[in-house]
Amino acid sequence: MDQQKRNSLKLMAGMGAIASAGGILAYPGSALAQVPKKGGRIRAATTSSSTADTLDPAKGANATDYCRHNMLYSGLTQLDASLAPQPALAEEIRNDKATTWTFRLKKDVKFHDGSPLTPADVVYSLNRHKDAANASKVKTVAEQFAEVKASGPHEVTVKLAGPNADLPVILAASHFLIVKDGAKDFTTANGTGPFKLKEFKPGVRSVAVRNGNYWKPGRPYLDEVEMIGIQDESARVNALLSGDVQMVLAVDPRSTSRVKATPGYSVLETKSGLYTDLVMRQDASPTSNPDFVMAMKYLIDREQAKNAVFRGFATVANDQPIPPSHRYYNAGLPQRPYDLDKAKFHLKKANVSGNVPVFATAAANGSIDMAVLMQQSAQKIGLNLNVNRVPADGYWSNHWMKHPLGFGNVNPRTSADQLFTQFFKSDAPWNESGWKNEQFDQLVVAARAEADDAKRKKMYADMQVLIHEKCGIGIPVFISFLDGHSTKVKGLGSIPVGGFMGYMFAEHVWLDG
Amino acid sequence: MADKALAARLVLNRIGVGALTLLVVSAVIFTITNLLPGDAAQEALGQSATPETVAALRAQLGLDKPGPIRYASWLGGLVTGNLGQSFTASMPVTELVATRLPKSLLLAAVTAAVSVPIALAIGILAAMGRGGALDRALSLATLSMVAVPEFLVATIAVLLFAVKLRWFPALSNAVDIQDAGQFFRTYAMPVLTLCFVVIAQMARMTRAAVIDQLSASYVEMAVLKGARPARVALRHALPNAIGPIANAVALSLSYLLGGVVIVETIFNYPGLASLMVDAVTNRDMPVVQACAMIFCFAYLLLVLVADLVAILSNPRLRHR
Repeated sequence: MDQQKRNSLKLMAGMGAIASAGGILAYPGSALAQVPKKGGRIRAATTSSSTADTLDPAKGANATDYCRHNMLYSGLTQLDASLAPQPALAEEIRNDKATTWTFRLKKDVKFHDGSPLTPADVVYSLNRHKDAANASKVKTVAEQFAEVKASGPHEVTVKLAGPNADLPVILAASHFLIVKDGAKDFTTANGTGPFKLKEFKPGVRSVAVRNGNYWKPGRPYLDEVEMIGIQDESARVNALLSGDVQMVLAVDPRSTSRVKATPGYSVLETKSGLYTDLVMRQDASPTSNPDFVMAMKYLIDREQAKNAVFRGFATVANDQPIPPSHRYYNAGLPQRPYDLDKAKFHLKKANVSGNVPVFATAAANGSIDMAVLMQQSAQKIGLNLNVNRVPADGYWSNHWMKHPLGFGNVNPRTSADQLFTQFFKSDAPWNESGWKNEQFDQLVVAARAEADDAKRKKMYADMQVLIHEKCGIGIPVFISFLDGHSTKVKGLGSIPVGGFMGYMFAEHVWLDG
Repeated sequence: MADKALAARLVLNRIGVGALTLLVVSAVIFTITNLLPGDAAQEALGQSATPETVAALRAQLGLDKPGPIRYASWLGGLVTGNLGQSFTASMPVTELVATRLPKSLLLAAVTAAVSVPIALAIGILAAMGRGGALDRALSLATLSMVAVPEFLVATIAVLLFAVKLRWFPALSNAVDIQDAGQFFRTYAMPVLTLCFVVIAQMARMTRAAVIDQLSASYVEMAVLKGARPARVALRHALPNAIGPIANAVALSLSYLLGGVVIVETIFNYPGLASLMVDAVTNRDMPVVQACAMIFCFAYLLLVLVADLVAILSNPRLRHR
């Protein structure tokens, strides 16, 4: 499980999709009814902390890093609850054909050392990702910046190598947070974020104190935040329930009833785009047969997977990767039901019988349980699915995408373009099922260049239909992120990038009592 | 003089064998760690590994060179105190180990200071009253302690003392320790858990060793001379039992260094054992190899000390 998380995080980092931010949002729930109070200190525990911990946003590799960086630095944009980009250090964003982007910077923003934010800082912060010596996790993403330059006293212009309408979303990732011009030595942090660094001990803890000059009026609320890492899930929950920490990241669905049953503690569910999917290779038998694929998709009992495997902390999915909370979700696509008759019909048409092996692993969250559920359903229509449980260790290099029928696991992407480009386009590096569809490929490229949001939404809706109908991927559910917290911690909400409010909790939460 | 020379020769002999053992172990560790499926490059890239990126990272980490060459350069570094560079943390292994080893040693030392006297007392008392009610009670207690797995003890301790009663913190990450009270609060639960395991083992071995001596004929002689039971046990039997007892203690203490990963995980204690487990999952071989060598070295050292104690405390050697 831990290995899986590590892999997933590395995956996210490697692709530069990622972790980021939340704007000033309207949060659902009761927290709004109260006026936030200032002051207080909280201690929050994430899932890992090691000597690889860093203060350099470009090198952020896991939730602990993302949270730390979002406390200390600010970005040009931030994401809201639907993953739409909102202005942050850039108060106005204009573009010409999605290729030339102009950012007008907020005035009177100060770094922690008192110096003002200038275009030079932004130019340096964006350009440094392209330098291999900086070992940036988003180097491949930054390579599309053909030119970044100051175009006025408070203005920066970014010219891209090709059109990309998702640039504001990409820049909301924690890796693109703004550092001081010339910053190289990250033994300390000089940012424009809500908190100033007080103590940083890699593998032990990070402590940050309120930045009195933060550019968002009235924020942050807390005086001090301490962050530690606790790898073991039950140790993390025990630390919460014993009062050692006030917030914990990544609670197992099995622990939720225990946390909720303890007075003074609660669980925050963030409905996300994280999914574990059934991969049916299009270049192998019998999974290349469209009727076999369809039979498998009808065999998935999504409600049962949601309730039995994830104890209700999941959202029923529809064999396409965009979750309902996303701004480009296609709500008009009819839900594919669990239908044994249709499954049987397609299976007969595909003329497949006998034993079919399916590979599942603990590395793909919930895949073993879901495989067993499918096995039981398959038996009812006369198909033997042999569930092969393989070790989580080494799964991604030895098994993933290497069997006709197996499971994968994909982290939420902030940008629909990134998700489609990396996992579904014919030439995608992680095209899990080896799916090739010319119409889809053309739509991906066209949507990337389309600056009109309504038209883009239509294109992404069409792509979702194509995946739902034709791709060799079955997505049973979207898995929620679960965080545990003391009920004294208020102001919590969901930004579906990840737990802890998309790693942005520090500037939003406050303590009651 | 003769016995001193004998003792010195025994010690030198021991050290020589120890060094040889270390060499063999280093070769075994290196071979085994290289047999693990997947290497650091694949693990670091995880799901996102493509043949090109794996090859590039392998070259960067020096994993593309043949095994014997890598072994030779590693061994050379080992002798000169250079443990190499961690693959994942991109810092020297020495630095990584330096942050963890003192914590492991401290935990082991505190546990030893608490457990050894208790274990010896239990073992000797049980041996003196062997077959009696006290012996049976102590045997039952120690056997039950051995039978309960430590993760259960640790989990119950956390649930009871941290979550329910809130006497101690659930985490023992050992930062911010400023006074004795905090030290006690931090170490109480991990030490309690570890004592559960090691006391029982040491007490059982001590009891067996002392009983073994108590059945010898010289003890019968001492009893016939009219020595009181306590004197028989402590003055006559115990000195002869020190050898096996020292070995039992050494075995338990070596466990305290490398075998405490469960306790380190449950209490979030930053020791060497959890560093090694992390390193194995990340295929961070320099760290795995360094930790394995340290554990092996510590084990050999403890056994050597135990042998020394046995030699020096042996009355037959001492009084000749």
